[in-house]
Amino acid sequence: MISSILAQVPWQSPTVDYHAIAPEIVLAAGICLIILVDLFVSESKRWVTASLTGFVMLGALLPVVTLAVADADVRSLFGGRYVIDEFALTLKALFLIAGYVVVLLSQNHVEEGDYHRGEYYTLLLTSVTGMVMMASSRDLVSIFVALEFLSIPAYMLAAWRKRDRKSNEAGVKYYLLGVFASAVMLYGMSLLYGVTGSTLLSDIGAQLTGKGEFGGVEVLAVVFVIVGFAFKVSAVPFHTWAPDTYEGAPTPITAFLSVASKAAGFVALVTILYVGVPEAKDVWQPFLWVLSALTMTVGNLLALRQSNIVRMLAYSSISQGGFILMPLAVAGVGDAAEPALRAVVVYLIVYAAMNLGMFAVVIAASRNTRSGEISSFGGLFSYAPGLGVLMTIFLASLAGIPPLGGWIAKFGAFRAVLEAGNGWAYAIAVIGAVNSVVAFGYYGSVMREVWMKPTPHGETTSVRTPGSLTAALAITGVATLVLGVLPGTVMRFGDLSDLVGAFGR
Amino acid sequence: MLTVQFLLLGAVLFCIGVYGVLARKNAVMVLMSIELILNSVNLNLLAFSQRLDSIDGNTFALYVIAIAAAEVGVGLAMVLLIYRNRRSISLDELSDMKG
Repeated sequence: MISSILAQVPWQSPTVDYHAIAPEIVLAAGICLIILVDLFVSESKRWVTASLTGFVMLGALLPVVTLAVADADVRSLFGGRYVIDEFALTLKALFLIAGYVVVLLSQNHVEEGDYHRGEYYTLLLTSVTGMVMMASSRDLVSIFVALEFLSIPAYMLAAWRKRDRKSNEAGVKYYLLGVFASAVMLYGMSLLYGVTGSTLLSDIGAQLTGKGEFGGVEVLAVVFVIVGFAFKVSAVPFHTWAPDTYEGAPTPITAFLSVASKAAGFVALVTILYVGVPEAKDVWQPFLWVLSALTMTVGNLLALRQSNIVRMLAYSSISQGGFILMPLAVAGVGDAAEPALRAVVVYLIVYAAMNLGMFAVVIAASRNTRSGEISSFGGLFSYAPGLGVLMTIFLASLAGIPPLGGWIAKFGAFRAVLEAGNGWAYAIAVIGAVNSVVAFGYYGSVMREVWMKPTPHGETTSVRTPGSLTAALAITGVATLVLGVLPGTVMRFGDLSDLVGAFGR
Repeated sequence: MLTVQFLLLGAVLFCIGVYGVLARKNAVMVLMSIELILNSVNLNLLAFSQRLDSIDGNTFALYVIAIAAAEVGVGLAMVLLIYRNRRSISLDELSDMKG
């Protein structure tokens, strides 16, 4: 059979737009370079790999910028399977900058912890490459490959501290649930391929249009695919791995997982919903509605009773995921699709800035306290005022207090929901509003520790924050403030060109 | 054509795999159950590919096989890691962290 098909279609090599895939080429070359450098550089000069990784990320950002200013045209490669448009470029830039900040966070952590440096940065870079690919993927096969590309290195990074029982546990839990989720998602994809006869998302969308009633197989296919990504974005009830993995993994990797990996999951989910199965909205809207409501509520309630800061941030990140899902739950109603997409992209950008910043502060402050307990941050402001103020800014932003980035993100999400304007939309908006108030509870309790409580161990000398951490704090702090004060800088991404139209529909 | 039979076999394998993942407490058994699910996916893809007379499914199956191999490599390494530290691969005993 295969030979007969091949005989019908003579082989011709596809024309490749090298400018369009330049970011991926730079990253791939960087991965090879760092493996080689790690091999030949002596132990005392291994710090070079960290700087190189940072340069590779910024180097890959250059073609993203040139592509963005070149022309507004959508570049479509390999028969529409790999598309570079405004949406893809915005998120590629987000992944690369988030990756760069994670390198800054890792530098001291890795050097003091006696880790395998070269391998650590190689895997980090590989995972970022997968995310950059994910932003452009418009085909079931390339989405699957990109998903595994970004996940498999992340499993290893979570289990990085080989001798540490907690880190092992974090890695195994993340791995087993992640692989199980991608297997279930693949089953859904195989059914989707079966009912539409194509793996190309736009073809799937065209096939499903005008189908009328959806049968059991179509419903099952859509639900399985969404379940797969719900694991990736740690939506309740598929969140069980997240707190344990976040607590056990090295803290910079926790920051990476909670920001970049989650954003990649949302990117894939959005692409599939908007390009592949927009017609099945009667299936995915109620499903996402329930997921979003559960994720916000359960994440918040469990965050309230945590005493470890990283665990609290894990549950806070779960509940923020619920807010990002919120506009998607009503994205199929009337004209709500476009504001919902814009709200998701803006939320992902703002969330990346403030959550990476929060983890940077925690890493910097833990150098003083040597503990992850929230109570150990007591009196942080009195001996490290800079860190205390920054922590307050990030916490306030996460809680959504007005002049900061988090407020703009939440505002966009609520506005997109109200745009839909039916009963479901109002109901989820009320649930979201109640949850935003509940979230003040746990963000506020950390603030109270920082400002009001005495220092628990009586120590008042501050450990110097190393340069790379300071740089990370500066990038994320400035981003959080600027996004809040001048929301136009990021809202503009939605206006550059119609994002929904940019998907080529 | 036996498409329906192949799909049924795929569905049965999928259910056995999901049951295994949820019920088994041994890490290696869970890994094997996940492999069962991936093989049910391959079976589905090939059956659909044959019925639709399109080559996409075959290509997809090749990718699934290759990436599943990479995944299992990482998985077995992790199982070895927990065995070295704990002398056990029971998932029930992975409970250092709670809450």
